Amino acid sequence: MVDTTSGEGHRGALPALAWKLVKIFASVALTFLGLLLVTFLIGRVVPVDPVLAVIGDRASQSVYDRVFIELGLDKPLYEQFWIYLQKILSGDLGTSFLTKKPIIDDIARVFPATLELATVAILIGTSFGIPLGVLAAVRQGRLSDQIVRVVGLIGYSAPIFWLGLLGLLVFYARLHWVAGPGRIDIGFEYSITSRSGLMLLDSAMQGQWGAFRNAFSHIILPASLLGYYSLAYISRMTRSFMLAELAQEYVITARVKGVAEWRIIWVHALRNAAVPLVTVVALSYAGLLEGSVLTETVFAWPGLGQYLTNSLQNADMNAVLGGTLVIGAIFVGLNLLSDLLYTLLDPRVRRR
Amino acid sequence: MSTREWLLTEQPASRRQARLGQSYRTWLAFRRNRLAMIGLGIVLALVAVALLAPFISPYNPIVGGDLRTERLLSPSWQHLLGTDDQARDILSRILHGSRITLLVVALVAVIATPIGLLVGTTAGYYGGWVDTVLMRLTDIFLAFPRLILALAFVAALGPGIENAIIAIAITSWPPYARLARAETLTIRNADHIDAIRLQGAHSARIIWGHVVPLCLSSVIVRVTLDMAGIILTAAGLGFLGLGAQPPQPEWGAMIAGGRRFILDHWWVATMPGLAIFVVSLGFNFLGDGLRDVLDPKAQK
Repeated sequence: MVDTTSGEGHRGALPALAWKLVKIFASVALTFLGLLLVTFLIGRVVPVDPVLAVIGDRASQSVYDRVFIELGLDKPLYEQFWIYLQKILSGDLGTSFLTKKPIIDDIARVFPATLELATVAILIGTSFGIPLGVLAAVRQGRLSDQIVRVVGLIGYSAPIFWLGLLGLLVFYARLHWVAGPGRIDIGFEYSITSRSGLMLLDSAMQGQWGAFRNAFSHIILPASLLGYYSLAYISRMTRSFMLAELAQEYVITARVKGVAEWRIIWVHALRNAAVPLVTVVALSYAGLLEGSVLTETVFAWPGLGQYLTNSLQNADMNAVLGGTLVIGAIFVGLNLLSDLLYTLLDPRVRRR
Repeated sequence: MSTREWLLTEQPASRRQARLGQSYRTWLAFRRNRLAMIGLGIVLALVAVALLAPFISPYNPIVGGDLRTERLLSPSWQHLLGTDDQARDILSRILHGSRITLLVVALVAVIATPIGLLVGTTAGYYGGWVDTVLMRLTDIFLAFPRLILALAFVAALGPGIENAIIAIAITSWPPYARLARAETLTIRNADHIDAIRLQGAHSARIIWGHVVPLCLSSVIVRVTLDMAGIILTAAGLGFLGLGAQPPQPEWGAMIAGGRRFILDHWWVATMPGLAIFVVSLGFNFLGDGLRDVLDPKAQK
């Protein structure tokens, strides 16, 4: 998102970079406000009566009226939104109907599992996606380009929950190459103390290599599948950025100077393509949150996605909206991060 | 003069001939793309199957056979793709399920495209604060991952295929609005738009009658590219039990139904997944080819 007009009218008071940062943060704040408004309004159209959810359907009319007022439902809509806003900003997402705990605590408990899964997935996706994209760009129009393209399109087309089920069937049930659903075998579960909540990190730091191997064989299949999805996107974008760079004049100059071809590709061109690629990787990291909802359901992975679907199936609307809001906020945060990185890494944007 | 020569002539005699000739050239470029042709074939096959489902299905998709003898049969000549736990023929269910898939794709396109076009062209045409407000709104919807927002909407509206379609449509329009706005910005200062304005045409008329038609083709390509994503989102909602309800033969819900038997009766969950995969691959191939042909930036 490069705004070509930014900074022009405001010169003098602040340097262009600072103005740009202020603008980015202001737009993020506004977007976040919008997120809150959307979740608030979704919460308002739920056919479930919020009063009945609290008191049950056998309470008397006077109890109903009292709770109705306690919940602030008699106030005008904008005032209710204001109260909602204050609650959210103080970190109160409400109480889960299912676990009877504050939703923010529930989410803090399950989030590391999702973070671990998504991080391993993005590592896999990036480390395969970028070389494949470079290969496709260098061999544009040839067979290897076509193969990379088809591999990517397959990644875009297969339902991830279906691939997950097939993966479990083949690699777990038939071939016994990987461990089954869940994060770790029960035998290892209490042998490591949870510090960061990331099993791989915790077990490695405590030198529990048996537990580490076990956790790794649990995570590798779901993370590879999720990673495949980001691979599809990353390799496609790498290809198009590399094609643009390889057509530049500095590449011709380098060739004329006699620089080795691998050096031109992997050092000169890729370095320039890397700036927009950072944005792409950040965005696909955010996209993994979406994929994780379905993947976690299939692999019984105790993360945010499974928490969300569990709450859905039990009509725990507070928890669903809390989870949606957290995922939306992370999404906005990653977008912000990619914008900032882009601004800081690309000298052309910085100067503007 | 053959039809081909008439179409490819350098000096078209009428506007109709020029237009048809241009379409024919686009088609020739499209036809050279093998993947795109495979995609087109798959999509046409989907439409044909959806139309003919009752005639070509060997069994009833909802009412199964004998529960004692015909449950969970592996694929055979009687049941090409086997039967599920209710003794229903999986092939017949997949054939009928194509109707639901096509319905979802068509309705989402019909609902989301006009919304995106209207929001985008209005923002681009008026500019100023109208643009700021509408694009902020678009950004807010873009800020949620699509499946998550659709989940929240369906959770609020209640599960069912209609609500799933509404939820997917609500989450699909923002990219179209962005695109339509970008196109409008390049169109709005064109001379022919100024000429229409001087004739006293109302803004609404200019937008709907003269700006929207020019944005249409690029938005349609974008919608085609999105269709695989729409199918996957619908299947994901179905898998989570939020889309079409049983006994409807929705593919995602069928996978969820076969999940319990995956270890011993793999075909129950595998076959509907294969159908989703093939159809979304078809839409992806088609959209990819369309973009190559219609996007002037990709032609070098």
